[in-house]
Amino acid sequence: MENKSLLKKLTASREVSLLIVLVVLCALISIKTPTFLGWSNVSEILKNNSTTMIMALGMLLVLLIGGIDISIGSTLALSGMTIGILYKYNHMSSTFLGFLLATVIGIACGAIIGVIISYGKVSPIICTLGTMYVYRGFAYLVANDEWAGADALGTFKDFALKSFLGINSAVWITIICYVIFFIMMKWTKFGRNIYAVGSNEEAAEISGINVKLVKTLVYTIMGGLSGLTGAVMTCVYASAQPNMATGKEMDVIAACVIGGVSMTGGRGSVGGALIGALILSVISKALPLVGIDALAQNTVKGVIIIAVIILNVVTQRMMDKAALEKREM
Amino acid sequence: MKKKLLSGLLCAAMVGTLFVGCGSSADTGATEDAGASTESTDTASTDAEATTDSAAGGATGTYALVPKSAGNPFNEKEADGFTEAIEAMGGTAVVQYPESATADAQITVIESLISQGVDSICVAANDENALQSVLEEAMDAGIKVCSVDSSVNKDSRAVHCNQAGVDEIGLALIDAVYDISGGEGQFAILSATSQATNQNAWIDSMKSYMESDSKYANLELVEVAYGDDESQKSTDQTQALLQKYPDLKVICSPTTVGIAAAAKVLQDQGSSVKLTGLGLPSEMAAYIGDGDDFSCPYMFLWNPIDLGALGAYTSVALVNGEITGAEGDTFTCELGDYTVVSAADGGTEIILGAPFKFDPSNIDEWKEVY
Repeated sequence: MENKSLLKKLTASREVSLLIVLVVLCALISIKTPTFLGWSNVSEILKNNSTTMIMALGMLLVLLIGGIDISIGSTLALSGMTIGILYKYNHMSSTFLGFLLATVIGIACGAIIGVIISYGKVSPIICTLGTMYVYRGFAYLVANDEWAGADALGTFKDFALKSFLGINSAVWITIICYVIFFIMMKWTKFGRNIYAVGSNEEAAEISGINVKLVKTLVYTIMGGLSGLTGAVMTCVYASAQPNMATGKEMDVIAACVIGGVSMTGGRGSVGGALIGALILSVISKALPLVGIDALAQNTVKGVIIIAVIILNVVTQRMMDKAALEKREM
Repeated sequence: MKKKLLSGLLCAAMVGTLFVGCGSSADTGATEDAGASTESTDTASTDAEATTDSAAGGATGTYALVPKSAGNPFNEKEADGFTEAIEAMGGTAVVQYPESATADAQITVIESLISQGVDSICVAANDENALQSVLEEAMDAGIKVCSVDSSVNKDSRAVHCNQAGVDEIGLALIDAVYDISGGEGQFAILSATSQATNQNAWIDSMKSYMESDSKYANLELVEVAYGDDESQKSTDQTQALLQKYPDLKVICSPTTVGIAAAAKVLQDQGSSVKLTGLGLPSEMAAYIGDGDDFSCPYMFLWNPIDLGALGAYTSVALVNGEITGAEGDTFTCELGDYTVVSAADGGTEIILGAPFKFDPSNIDEWKEVY
């Protein structure tokens, strides 16, 4: 009896079961590499994966309304490349302005996607497939066959070296984003509206929610976050290339899915996205460390992702069953 | 009566709509035709230019270059070198970038070049074997084919222009590791993908030098890591190398994205581990220097402008019949005298020279170039 209630507790929330996965993963890796959970290592993981973590927030919103955005890598490259080139040719020197401009470019890219999808009634995957090529093309045009390297980026790249209260500034950006989104999704009308649209679009429409506006805003936010990430990535790696973050969208979607966000909409949480992104980060950090053969690393990564998702689905079913049982009583 | 009139009108309206529909689609057809004919005129004018050039003597006709992809400074400089050399000889240079860095996209471009009737095609291949059928088609059409930078297999080309022999690069890299490490200790390699043809050949060459020459006996290659030419993954891999091998002395990264990511990690951490490899001067300028503040004492790459130019001279020599691509053929150009030698894959190649060394003394000058 004691045993069962413990099991029930563990499966009561998907976030908890995911957290257990994360802890077990870290514990296993620590056996092999004792320094793995050391502060400097954790700090490196957070810094190196801040890009995936920030974009996972936007993707959470997009997936919640039953959409998808596969153009985020291109949006990231366009905004990162634009500020890279501006720094390279000394048109801009302020670090803050760089982040602001990158975010604004991202917002514009996202708003266009949002309008096309909600007002033009184009399927999200088709629309963003198109914009993926368009924005990537723009990134190449902006770059004009040049890269912006560490030398060209001047003082901008120093931002990612600074720390505040012992935490790297790129990680601070991630933390701030997560706090804002946690509050937004939990306690604001807009956050609840997103869940409503994702759960049942028609019902949301009838109950007076401006579905089209919500959808447009969600894609705009996704764009804004991708743009911001473009600046973060340029800053962290001190390099802007037009082909950067190619295929990044898959990592971001994977992070959300691992975190229990439903691809069909309506289900998912900021906590889930965070843990999903963390699990993915820990995996990619640990694979080279624990001595898995270089050629097998991608395979192992894929297997772990699938295993976590299966676990996730099983937990979800148990939760649904438990909920049904309660209702019958 | 009214109903009949109404339905009659409706029918008329519908038939009318049909006609309007047809009319507009016919219009579109006409416009497309017009577009197509404009294109063919363009091709005709290119042909005309080509003929004029051949009459002018020197280099004859139209010479095409198909780089790996657009948007990469290295490819861009290679194309510049090609174009300048061809135009200096009086020919017409056509540089056609594929729309993505894939063999498929290159096939599309090469097919259009064949139908344009160019005299030669010089290609930096995205896949060694996938271009074979389209390049054979080109050679059957009388077009001279050579590869530059990244080769196609021996059946798909007359000759390959190699930026630097595999062994010359392998030797330069292992010597750099030897020099920087002080002749002994652990070193690791951070490569691109595990499938990358060039990188694998260079790494194999380094290994064979280590086995054959006792000079390198005290060097220990602890790991070959793969960063997949992504900044993020390369950073993870570099940090893992540092953590796993506390006694590591040198990291050698023979790939542009990998070396920049590794340089950043080492320099930010103020690590005592040093770096060398193959990198772009403009990307690496901030990391190359003497002393502890810089992570990379020196690195190598070839001169992409000269490489493009060698592709151009080879194309012209092939078209003029000076060389056929057979082993032992020789020709002279602005860059010097070149001999066609046998390549590792059983075909033939022309080697540009030893890789170029970028160190604190020349990096400031080269970072402006590419």
